[in-house]
Amino acid sequence: MAEGLVGTSRRSLTLAHVLLILGCVIVAFPIYYVTVASTHSLRTILNPPLPMLPGPETIENYREAVSGGINRIGGVGVDRLLLNTTIVALGIAFGKIVISMASAYAIVFFRFPLRMVCFWLIFITLMLPVEVRILPTYKVMVDLGLIDTYAGLILPLIASATATLLFRQFFMTIPNELFEAARVDGAGPWRFFKDILLPLSATNIAALFVILFIYGWTQYLWPLLVTNSNSMNTIVIALRKMISFADADTPWDLVMVTCVLAILPPVLIVVLMQRWFVKGLVETEK
Amino acid sequence: MNRATFPHFWLPLLLIAPQLAISAIFFYWPAVQALYQSVLREDPFGLRSTFVGLANFRNVLADPAYLNAAQVTVVFSLLTAGFSMAIALLLAVQAEKVVRGRGFYRTLMIWPYAVAPAIAGMLWLFMFNPSFGTLAAIPRALGIRWDPLLNSSQAMGLVVAAASWKQISYNFLFFVAGLQAIPKSLIEASAIDGAGPVRRFWTIVFPLLAPTTFFLLVVNTVYALFDTFGIIHAVTSGGPGKSTETLVYKVYNDGFVNLLLGSSAAQSVMLMVLVICLTAFQFKYIERKVHYG
Amino acid sequence: MATLSLNDVRKSYGKTEVIHGVSIDVEDGEFVVIVGPSGCGKSTLLRMVAGLEEITRGTIDIGGREVNKLEPRERDIAMVFQNYALYPHMSVFDNMAYGLRIAGIKGDDLKARVGKAAEMLGLTTLLDRKPRQLSGGQRQRVAMGRALVREPSAFLFDEPLSNLDAKLRVSMRLQIKDLQRRVATTSLYVTHDQVEAMTLADRLIVMNKGVAEQIATPMEIYDNPANVFVAGFIGSPAMNFFPARIEGGHLHLADGSQLPAPAGVSEGSVILGIRPEHLMPAPLDAEGSLSVRVLAVETLGADAFVHATLGDGDADAIVFRVPGHDRPAEGERVSLMVEPGKAHVFDAATERRIAEA
Ligand SMILES: Nc1ncnc2c1ncn2[C@@H]1O[C@H](COP(=O)(O)OP(=O)(O)OP(=O)(O)O)[C@@H](O)[C@H]1O
Ligand SMILES: [Mg+2]
Repeated sequence: MAEGLVGTSRRSLTLAHVLLILGCVIVAFPIYYVTVASTHSLRTILNPPLPMLPGPETIENYREAVSGGINRIGGVGVDRLLLNTTIVALGIAFGKIVISMASAYAIVFFRFPLRMVCFWLIFITLMLPVEVRILPTYKVMVDLGLIDTYAGLILPLIASATATLLFRQFFMTIPNELFEAARVDGAGPWRFFKDILLPLSATNIAALFVILFIYGWTQYLWPLLVTNSNSMNTIVIALRKMISFADADTPWDLVMVTCVLAILPPVLIVVLMQRWFVKGLVETEK
Repeated sequence: MNRATFPHFWLPLLLIAPQLAISAIFFYWPAVQALYQSVLREDPFGLRSTFVGLANFRNVLADPAYLNAAQVTVVFSLLTAGFSMAIALLLAVQAEKVVRGRGFYRTLMIWPYAVAPAIAGMLWLFMFNPSFGTLAAIPRALGIRWDPLLNSSQAMGLVVAAASWKQISYNFLFFVAGLQAIPKSLIEASAIDGAGPVRRFWTIVFPLLAPTTFFLLVVNTVYALFDTFGIIHAVTSGGPGKSTETLVYKVYNDGFVNLLLGSSAAQSVMLMVLVICLTAFQFKYIERKVHYG
Repeated sequence: MATLSLNDVRKSYGKTEVIHGVSIDVEDGEFVVIVGPSGCGKSTLLRMVAGLEEITRGTIDIGGREVNKLEPRERDIAMVFQNYALYPHMSVFDNMAYGLRIAGIKGDDLKARVGKAAEMLGLTTLLDRKPRQLSGGQRQRVAMGRALVREPSAFLFDEPLSNLDAKLRVSMRLQIKDLQRRVATTSLYVTHDQVEAMTLADRLIVMNKGVAEQIATPMEIYDNPANVFVAGFIGSPAMNFFPARIEGGHLHLADGSQLPAPAGVSEGSVILGIRPEHLMPAPLDAEGSLSVRVLAVETLGADAFVHATLGDGDADAIVFRVPGHDRPAEGERVSLMVEPGKAHVFDAATERRIAEA
């Protein structure tokens, strides 16, 4: 059998591969470019064209960046930036999952007054992204003393209508009889959740985790608003500060290193957890 | 069939409380404040505010800068959605054809999804930086005086490129999923009917992909409207002139940099209406969700 | 082990009452089957016993203790569900052990109890498998095992065999009966299959539209159905019914034929009911016989069921049973005698049984 569908001729198959390779080159090139740049000396970078193969300064650049080089440009060490970003990304991912699972659990497996009102209240937050309430939200943050805190970076982003809807949808596919069997077996709300629901939700949680981790890692507007002190910056914000104050002395090689470090963790997660990521992405939006 | 439930009364309220509390404090209260401030005018010292009715809205809508931002937003969104969807569709159709290497291509194709929009902007800026970007040589070789930080359309080109590039992954994955959902028997039937590959694509595949395309259109519009703030802010800061100032960037700029509270609030409210329309539209016609947040 | 009693149990959803007051005392170790058509409220009744549905009115006692307000786990019952409801992510062992673990049983005790139940059900070699690796019959046995290990006061079954194919259903039916005898645990079993009901039950509850039409042993219900519904529901093929009038000591049927009327029944409209197995071919036009025309014959082998019409016209259809080798031809006219004492007479208005003839 030939590859692919009926009527896929040899020529069109070759064309497909050519186009795909071209596409991959275009899609991957910017990341490759910055990675290569991060392995060359400042002088090489400032004298285009950049060699298209990794240079000899790899270890040198990265060692310098990690041992205080980035501290000199951004005012904070790269370790601190990565720590901040990791805390924010993990905090948002776990926070959203915990909070939305709890509310979906309440909505699906309990009856209480105003249940549907609560559901709609959560649902409507879909229509209120940060961008449309920038100033007043900022004011709330100031009033609550959340500026320059991890809580400030994380809390406002962990309410999630999408994740709640996803879990609600999934919980509703659990057969009534399974729930009742567990009750007859003596399981209360906590045991049913821990022993039955959580294991059954594992793939959903993994999928959602990848997406939310990326979501947290790539946040921009919100960290920009609620961090003043450099030491609370995420790596994305720190990078932007580096390039916006660029001048003749900017050590672009170290900026490139920072850029690679900002890109690497989420890319790794997406590539390594590809199966869950694709499932999560395509299913959360359904 | 009715759902069987636990009989507890307080427990569910406790479980749902965190989500409601966060929604109330960080979503509803600020949204109400935005509504409230959009009908007030504060004096420059923020000491007194007076009720001005819809004056803020009238001023905003009469402001050439706002109309410019609206126009920039439309151009930017159309170009971004158009490019990223067209490229993604082309690649997804090719990926459907091949069997060998499909996983490999997909792995390379999804990287940009993990890159923050702001960083995507920076990457393209590095490549096309007029002083040290290697790829700046390409437009120069074409005889263009290349300086995206001073030339409006070049700046727009750069942010559109970065924004489209970042969104290709997402669109690619959805187009692939959409293509896989098309029953193979339909394509085989049309092949037997004698339709060539190109004709098969336009008469069978493309119409059947319409729901996916439609869905992606809304998602990409929302993406271009909101999530690209980082690209604009990091690469051009709305410049040169105001040639890349989008609506969201303007809300931010007027509120935080220019401190025009009433105007910023009015713009927020108008954006809110836009999001509500988009969400309602999406749920009505596509039955899928909009924004990740 | 315990007695189980329902006292005027009622259930309403909103304003609609779907169970209109059911009472029964189930003895210790007794096997009671609830049978009735779809939607009559069998499951609802069972689930009220399990504690999965709130009891609107009336009381339920298990082992002499009122359980109305108790959670399912506090009622000391075990339940087998129609779709088995096995935990998909747990092995067979863990499925069976789950309830015991919650009850705080651990270690060797747990292993011993699960092992014993597994042995009784022939599941010993399957203990490490996941439910999806089991056949339908095996899943069904695991569901039984899960109930069995608990050693509860009462077993509740909700159509546990309806997802199995016909052959498995018969063998599982025998197994259930045998197990229940051995452990002698009070059981309440819901089914809409009357063969299952007749073969399993010590006593039957025939339900219709939320009412227990009759509660009695299978043979009692077969011999003396309380009303038209019960008479028609139990027995296969179903009982034949004919509108009739009692006048001058005779039953007059629509086609003009006459049968002797039972004693002590006043004149008026009645419904005559005769089971197919109680109609026997007689010499043509014999005294006190019914004359029918054969429409179709269904041969089963040992027997054949004959579908016919009373008289010559297209009056009421009638079904009777004949030996497989000795069956009439289509279109033939046949005379039928009623086996003495096997005809039932029901009041036409109340549909209650008033006599046998
Ligand atoms: N949650 C509910 N709300 C309203 N009515 C209900 C509800 N659950 C059941 N009913 C009604 O109660 C009646 C009895 O239902 P039940 O499930 O007990 O029937 P059943 O005898 O078990 O039928 P089947 O043989 O189909 O399982 C039905 O008419 C049904 O429509
Ligand atoms: Mg039922």
